[in-house]
Amino acid sequence: MGNVLIVAEHANGKIKKYSFELAGKASELAKELKGTVTALLIGEGAEAQAGELGHYGASKVITASHAELKYYTPEGYSKVLSDVIAQEKPDVVLGTASSTGKDLLARTAMRLGVGLASDCVDMSVSNGKLLVSRPVYAGKAIIEAIPEGIPQMATSRPNTYPVPAPQSDSPSVVVFQTDPGRIKARVKEVVESEAGMMDLTEAERIVSGGRAMGSADNFKLIKELAKAIGATVGASRAAVDAGFASHDHQVGQTGKTVNPTLYIACGISGAIQHLAGMRTSKVIVAVNKDPEAPIFSKADYGIVGDLFKVVPILTEKFKKLLQE
Amino acid sequence: MKIGVLLKQVPDTETKIKIRADGKGVEEGEIKWVINPYDEYAVEEALRLKEKAGGEVVIVSAGPARATEAIRQALAMGADRGIRIDTTGIEQDPYTTAVMLAGAAKNESFEIIFAGKQAVDDDCAQVLIGVAEKLGWPHVTPVEKFALSGKTATLQRPVAGGTKEMIEADLPVVVGCEKGLNEPRYASLPGIMKAKSKPVAELKASELLGTERARINVTKYSLPPERRAGKIIPGEPEAAAAELVRLLREEAKVI
Repeated sequence: MGNVLIVAEHANGKIKKYSFELAGKASELAKELKGTVTALLIGEGAEAQAGELGHYGASKVITASHAELKYYTPEGYSKVLSDVIAQEKPDVVLGTASSTGKDLLARTAMRLGVGLASDCVDMSVSNGKLLVSRPVYAGKAIIEAIPEGIPQMATSRPNTYPVPAPQSDSPSVVVFQTDPGRIKARVKEVVESEAGMMDLTEAERIVSGGRAMGSADNFKLIKELAKAIGATVGASRAAVDAGFASHDHQVGQTGKTVNPTLYIACGISGAIQHLAGMRTSKVIVAVNKDPEAPIFSKADYGIVGDLFKVVPILTEKFKKLLQE
Repeated sequence: MKIGVLLKQVPDTETKIKIRADGKGVEEGEIKWVINPYDEYAVEEALRLKEKAGGEVVIVSAGPARATEAIRQALAMGADRGIRIDTTGIEQDPYTTAVMLAGAAKNESFEIIFAGKQAVDDDCAQVLIGVAEKLGWPHVTPVEKFALSGKTATLQRPVAGGTKEMIEADLPVVVGCEKGLNEPRYASLPGIMKAKSKPVAELKASELLGTERARINVTKYSLPPERRAGKIIPGEPEAAAAELVRLLREEAKVI
């Protein structure tokens, strides 16, 4: 028997899509381990949605709510996760490599003295053990690794696996009586700087602009294209350093690692630091006037041309297509 | 105030990575080594805090002999002294590294520790969190704004989608430094000269680790699947854009 516990996440009363993705993958792994999937939902506001995790493979959902768990804190959440692990005794604990998931699982793994493989791009079962793949050295190498200890722990990069078609199964939902303990680093306030911006790490479509955009004002071309196809706006380091976009938008080594289905790079040369953050994108499109730009060697589709001409035309054509 | 900085020496991102013939690691021979870029923000923030609050900035790094060079670079920026935990022959992973660094930090009785939010070689983002847990301290990472008032730190943490958390933490705390926190200074020539005579103590990994061993068993290194270069779509902007839209819908099926 090998049971899997997944840490599900939620925001604004809704369970994250990447948690359904994780539930689906976990149920594949659990099948091979001849065990079941239990999902843990910490915090307030999504308890009523807990059952949805059952549609994607969790046979049991544990909710843990407490006034002190309104916001994520490493201390409070890792105490709850450790307590649930002590009760459930899973063999494998999985989370998403999101801003919460990678922090929470790292703190918990150290608390339990077990190994954690972060930001995995594949997970499988080998000889009854979890085996993962993850990129290292800016994506220039891939390692295969076995996290040691019981439970084995890993976080999975969002958008790595398809979300399975929902089934009608209802899981058992149980409430975990929780005590988050003493919290020494407290969230006082949460400020939304750009309402409605989807996080780059979970975005399925991204349109990014580089230094060639020339100004913050010109970035509106990127925003318009992004809006036309429901994408999130990204930027290269050069564009961020030049002040065209804020660091929240930066894709690459000193920014976010992204994994979208479609990545459109406009005026981005494709330095290794940028590739490090987006090379696992499923389809890469490059628009650049320099035919020698390294981005073209990684792109599935390229247009060599002036982005100030090409991008607005693209925006119009996508709008038209998607209206049809 | 006694301020610790956790530092890692990493391959320069531009360095070509060659997998060893046995697939168990990478060839280190031709690698150019640098301070992990995020750790430069940590050194800078520590120096700024010292300039305000007084005290001492101590750089702690777990690595082989070459890591001393990275420590010296931080000393040249203005840090006071260094500690290198010699990891020659030790299996290093986030767990053992955190145990060693926490052990060294405990002996130093730091009041605050800064570290880069992650190292750009293995990108685990686990070590500073592990050190905090081992010490029984809170941690906050990534941090893009930091202020200290008495024994309370105020920190800004970017989370999903441009949202920011404003966090208050009681000292001692481990702070994971993000780009944007500050602009790291360059080492001055006098700074570089002075760094040569600043002390760098050496600790033995085995003494800090005891019987602890790595928790990540790396079984294989390989090169990533090559992305084949794709199609360059010819034609004037109008025609090329139309063809791209068609390909994305009909061939790639992503729109």
